[in-house]
Amino acid sequence: MSPRTDAATGEDFGWEGEATGLARPVDASQLDTRHGDILYLDDITVSFDGFRALNKLTLDIAVGELRCIIGPNGAGKTTMMDVITGKTRPDAGTAFFGQTIDLTRLNEPTIAQIGIGRKFQKPTVFEAMTVAENLEIALKTDKSVWASLRARLSGQQRDRIDELLGLIRLGEQRQREAGLLSHGQKQWLEIGMLLAQEPKLLLLDEPVAGMTDAETEKTAELLLTLKGKHSLMVVEHDMAFVGAIAEKVTVLAEGSVLAEGSLAQVQADERVIEVYLGR
Amino acid sequence: MHQPYSQRLIGALGPAQARLLGGLALASLVALPIMHLLPESHALHVSAYTLTLAGKILCYAIVALAMDLVWGYTGLLSLGHGLFFALGGYGMGMYLMRQIGRDGNYQSDLPDFMVFLDWKTLPWYWQGTDSFVWSMLLVVLVPGLLALGFGWLAFRSRIKGVYFSIMTQALTFAAMLLFFRNETGFGGNNGFTDFKRILGFPVAAPATRAVLFLLTVLLLVLALYGGWKLTRSKFGRILTAVRDAESRLMFCGYNPLGYKLFIWVLSAVICGVAGALYVPQVGIINPSEMSPGNSIEIAIWVAVGGRGTLIGPLLGAGLINLAKSWFTVAFPEYWLFFLGFLFIAVTLFLPRGVMGLLTRKGAST
Repeated sequence: MSPRTDAATGEDFGWEGEATGLARPVDASQLDTRHGDILYLDDITVSFDGFRALNKLTLDIAVGELRCIIGPNGAGKTTMMDVITGKTRPDAGTAFFGQTIDLTRLNEPTIAQIGIGRKFQKPTVFEAMTVAENLEIALKTDKSVWASLRARLSGQQRDRIDELLGLIRLGEQRQREAGLLSHGQKQWLEIGMLLAQEPKLLLLDEPVAGMTDAETEKTAELLLTLKGKHSLMVVEHDMAFVGAIAEKVTVLAEGSVLAEGSLAQVQADERVIEVYLGR
Repeated sequence: MHQPYSQRLIGALGPAQARLLGGLALASLVALPIMHLLPESHALHVSAYTLTLAGKILCYAIVALAMDLVWGYTGLLSLGHGLFFALGGYGMGMYLMRQIGRDGNYQSDLPDFMVFLDWKTLPWYWQGTDSFVWSMLLVVLVPGLLALGFGWLAFRSRIKGVYFSIMTQALTFAAMLLFFRNETGFGGNNGFTDFKRILGFPVAAPATRAVLFLLTVLLLVLALYGGWKLTRSKFGRILTAVRDAESRLMFCGYNPLGYKLFIWVLSAVICGVAGALYVPQVGIINPSEMSPGNSIEIAIWVAVGGRGTLIGPLLGAGLINLAKSWFTVAFPEYWLFFLGFLFIAVTLFLPRGVMGLLTRKGAST
C-alpha cells in the first residue's frame, strides 16, 4: 500500500498501511459511506424569529435508499432540504454527507458539486434556453468561470445529453425553449438536470405536483429505476404516489420526526392520524 | 425571458441582408472622418461639430453595450455606470492636462487649477500621468479595480435587484460629490478642459479628430464582436441563467460570484475606455458626468433599444442622443419630460424595445 499523503498539502505522512481509529486521516474531499449511510442529520434545530422550523431533527438516509418524507404544511420539510443543500445554516446540530463531509460548513455550489442534487417545489429551469442547453449547463464538469469561457461540448457530453433526453422523454423537444414546456415537462427537465449532475443523493421536493396521472405514473417508474444507483429523498403530498414508490416513509411534524416505517405502518400510527392524516 | 433578438432579427432579415446593413453602417462610420478631412469648401465636407457629435454618440453606444452585458444578459441593473465612464475620462483628462505643459494661462508646469488653488507640487496620484502608457493603465485599472471591489462586496453579500441598483446609484452620487470638491485635486466642478495636445498632436486638428473617431469605431466593433462571442458561449448562457434562475444555477454547482464579477468588471473597463475616447473628442470632463441622471439615462438607452440584444442598445443610444441634441436646441425645457415619457411608453408598449419592434415586423413579413 502506498504511503498516505495529506489531502490538503500533499505532505507525505510516511505511513504504510491503513491507519485505524482516531489515527485514520480524514479526507473530507471524498464521500465515505463505509458505514452504509449517505446522510446523517443529528439534532438539527433551525429557528426563524423564535419560530422553530426544525426542532432537534434526527434522520439518516442509507446508500441507495428511496425515502419518502411526508408531513403537514409547516412541518419543516423544505427547511430540512435548505439545511442539507447549504441554503440555511442550522442553529444547532450536525449534518454530515457520508462519514466525513460536514455540510454545515459548505456553500450551495460546493454541496452540489460533491454530489447532492435538489429539485425545487416549483419547477425551476432556465426558461430562455433550449431543453438541450439546460441539460448542458447541468452536466457534471468543471464549473469555474475560466472553464465556461472555453467550454466546447465533447462527443461524450453530447451522448450523455441524448441519453438523458431519452430518459426524461423530452427527445423531441430538445431544441424548444424550456419556457414553452408544459408544467409536467418542466418537472421532468428539472429531474433530468439533476441527473446530469450525477449526484449521489437526490432531494426532490414535490416532484409530481401539477402532473397528470399518466405523467405521475411515468415519474414513479423513473424514480424506481434510479433507486439503488442513487439515494433519493422525496417530499410529496400525493399519497397514491408515495404508496407506489416508498419502502420507508418518514413523517415530520413541527420540525421533528414523528414516525418512521412503511406507509401502512405510519398510516396506522395514532399520532400520525392525529396531526396529519386524520384532518 | 429574453432571447437573443439580434439573432432572430438576422433570422428574419437573412444573413446576407444583415451583413449588408452592418457593412453599410460600418462604411458610413469610416467615411465620416475622411469627409471631415476634405477642405471646408467641398460639398461633402463634414463639420467638426457633426463629427464630434457622432463621436460622442459612438462613445455612448459603447457604454450602452457594456450596460447590456450586465443588465440585459445578467440581470444586474446598474444605475451607476456613468461613474466608470467618467473615471476613464478623468484618467485620459489627467494626461491631457499634463500635455498642456507651460501653455496654460499661468505658464506653470502645474495644471492651471492647481496654480489657482496655490498648490506648489503635484499630488501623489498625479505622479506619472505625463506618461501616456501609465495614464492608459489608469483608464483601465481605476474603473476595473473599483468595480472589482464594489462588485465583490455586493455579490458576496448576495445583494440583488433594486437594492443593488440603489447602491450603484449611491456610489456614483458619492463620487460626484467627492469630485466636486476642489481639494480632491481634479479641478472641482470645472473639471478639466482647454486641452491642447494628445501625444504631441494638436487635439482639435482635423486629422487628430479623424483618428480619434476611427479609434472609437474600432472599439465599438471590438466590443460588439467580443460581446457577440461571449454571449453565445457557455459563459453567456450561464449569465442568462444568473438572470433567470440564480438559485437553480447554484444548485447546479455554479458559484455565481465569479460570473457576476467577471462581467461586471469587464463592463466597467469597457465604459472606462469609452470615457477615455470621449474626453479628447468632446474637450471637457467634469463631475456632472457622474450625476445620477446620466447613469439613469444609460439604462434608458438600453431599455429603448432592447435589453439582451447587443445591437438594440447601440440603436437606443443613437436614437435618444440624436433626439436629445435636436430637442435641447428646439425645446430645451421639455427634454426631460420627453425622456420620462419615452421611458414609460417603452416600458408599457415596447418591453423589448426597438429590437422587439423590428423583429416583430421582420417575423410578420
